[in-house]
Amino acid sequence: MTPDPVIELRNATKRFRASSGGVHTAVRDLTMTVRGGAFVAVVGPTGCGKSTTLSLVSGLEPPSEGVVLVRGEEVFCIPPGVGYMFQNDAVLPWRSVLDNVASGPRYRGSSRAEARDRARVWVERVGLAGFEGYYPHQLSGGMRKRVALAQTLVNEPEILLMDEPFSALDVQTRSLMQDELLRLWAGSDAAVVFVTHDLEEAIALADRVVVMTASPATVKASFDVALPRPRNVEEIRMTDEFLFVYREIWDSLREEVNRAREEASHRAA
Amino acid sequence: MPHDTTITTPRSGRTTVDSSVVAKATSAHRKRRATVWAIRLALVAGWLVSWELTATYWIDPFFYSKPSAVWQRLVEWFTVGTSQGSIWEQIEVTLQEAVLGFALGALAGVVLGILLGRSRLLAEICAPFIKAANAVPRIVLAALFVLWFGLGMTSKVATAFVLVFFAVFFNAFQGAREVDRNLVNNARVLGASRLRVLTSIVVPSATSWILASLHIAFGFALIGAVVGEFTGASKGLGLLINRSQNMYDAPGIYAGMIVITVIALLAEWLLSVLEKRLLRWRPQAGGTEVRV
Ligand SMILES: Nc1ncnc2c1ncn2[C@@H]1O[C@H](COP(=O)(O)OP(=O)(O)OP(=O)(O)O)[C@@H](O)[C@H]1O
Ligand SMILES: [Mg+2]
Repeated sequence: MTPDPVIELRNATKRFRASSGGVHTAVRDLTMTVRGGAFVAVVGPTGCGKSTTLSLVSGLEPPSEGVVLVRGEEVFCIPPGVGYMFQNDAVLPWRSVLDNVASGPRYRGSSRAEARDRARVWVERVGLAGFEGYYPHQLSGGMRKRVALAQTLVNEPEILLMDEPFSALDVQTRSLMQDELLRLWAGSDAAVVFVTHDLEEAIALADRVVVMTASPATVKASFDVALPRPRNVEEIRMTDEFLFVYREIWDSLREEVNRAREEASHRAA
Repeated sequence: MPHDTTITTPRSGRTTVDSSVVAKATSAHRKRRATVWAIRLALVAGWLVSWELTATYWIDPFFYSKPSAVWQRLVEWFTVGTSQGSIWEQIEVTLQEAVLGFALGALAGVVLGILLGRSRLLAEICAPFIKAANAVPRIVLAALFVLWFGLGMTSKVATAFVLVFFAVFFNAFQGAREVDRNLVNNARVLGASRLRVLTSIVVPSATSWILASLHIAFGFALIGAVVGEFTGASKGLGLLINRSQNMYDAPGIYAGMIVITVIALLAEWLLSVLEKRLLRWRPQAGGTEVRV
């Protein structure tokens, strides 16, 4: 594991023009680092600015203030070696499963045959063997998520940004995918930033859980999760250490969730 | 990342549907189609017969003509030839003009539409000009084009071009604008260059919009070619209709209309085949599939 931070946000602020005409601050003064090979989970109330944070790291959105560094270099365009699995499905409806997964290698200059060979391996690995020729509209929501996962992983990113990747999956598939993600990650030195609503998922997967404040997002607290690896997601949930960490983080997160709820009801009123 | 593990999720076997169920559904489907066609034919027959009867007993067939006279004119055109020579030659000329105008207009419309759809600055600059150009009664341009380009093919191609261009342009523009940002962002992160985003995301996204416009556009191309010929030409179906009008030959006008309609329907069918091929990935809208 490399000790230098691969991702660094320094006092990053992101403002959007709100539809009402004012300015909406989605992320305020966010400072956070992720070391190479680390698995960091980000939790926070809905709408606080988690996806926005990822879009800053990926270079898709520039920060309004502050600096975003990836591998020590300031981000101006999409840094190489970044994989980003979006919150919404981003599979191409006009391409078959295999060609969807082959997109990344194709864009990066592989020949069609080579790209397809690599894609086939990943299609199999996410459990979609036999569905290579299907179009996305012929798949279930969970299957489409798996296509998106394979599409991102086939590029073998060093920095993997995942925005609630498993929230649409059924419980069984979800724990299979979680275990699989851990196995794949353990064999690589990729850094993962994993946004989720599910605190259990966050703790089961990550080395560190970052709790964000209600909107505008900034880091409220950061908790190390010292559970042993390799982990089995299903089993680790039952251990006492897990429950202890869970309570500790939930105390912190609950305040923010309640605050976000109050604000939302104020706005509605 | 290592390549050592595979997730195996239970995959539901695609159950094969009992073949008798399929056969039943197919035969029901066929029956329905037969009924639909029978009713259509009955409607056409009823219309033709009532026209023939009214034209024979009540109204003046000199102005309104009647089906049997139109049929006779069609037979004459295809066996003996027209006042302007072989009917096939007229069809060929008109078709050439329409297809050329269609191809050039569609190409220009697609390229410019996508370009402007993706460049906000360019779109903002060009918007008033395009709106103004679109507001011009374009059919009138046919007269201008005859002055500019003469009686030959060029003036008709130009008329067809302007009609097709705007129809395709606006759809391509809209299609390029409505591309899902999520898809574009995803492609960029996956490593696509700007050009690749355009070819692999924007163009396919806009394809269904563009194809929808092409259906109307070929009709416009034919109208453009015929109106151009009507205005001034040495050959073509429009000229044929024009001559028929000058000679108070109502059956000739109808016959010309029928020939043009058949051409338009054939083109429509060809475009549908193309559309089906290009949009294979889309969920079937129902109706064409056998329902089980
Ligand atoms: N492109 C944009 N334009 C304007 N406002 C935006 C834009 N993107 C995000 N926002 C606003 O920023 C805030 C944070 O959004 P973001 O998507 O980052 O939340 P989130 O934490 O990911 O929420 P969730 O957990 O529900 O996905 C929201 O209030 C949203 O309305
Ligand atoms: Mg989000």
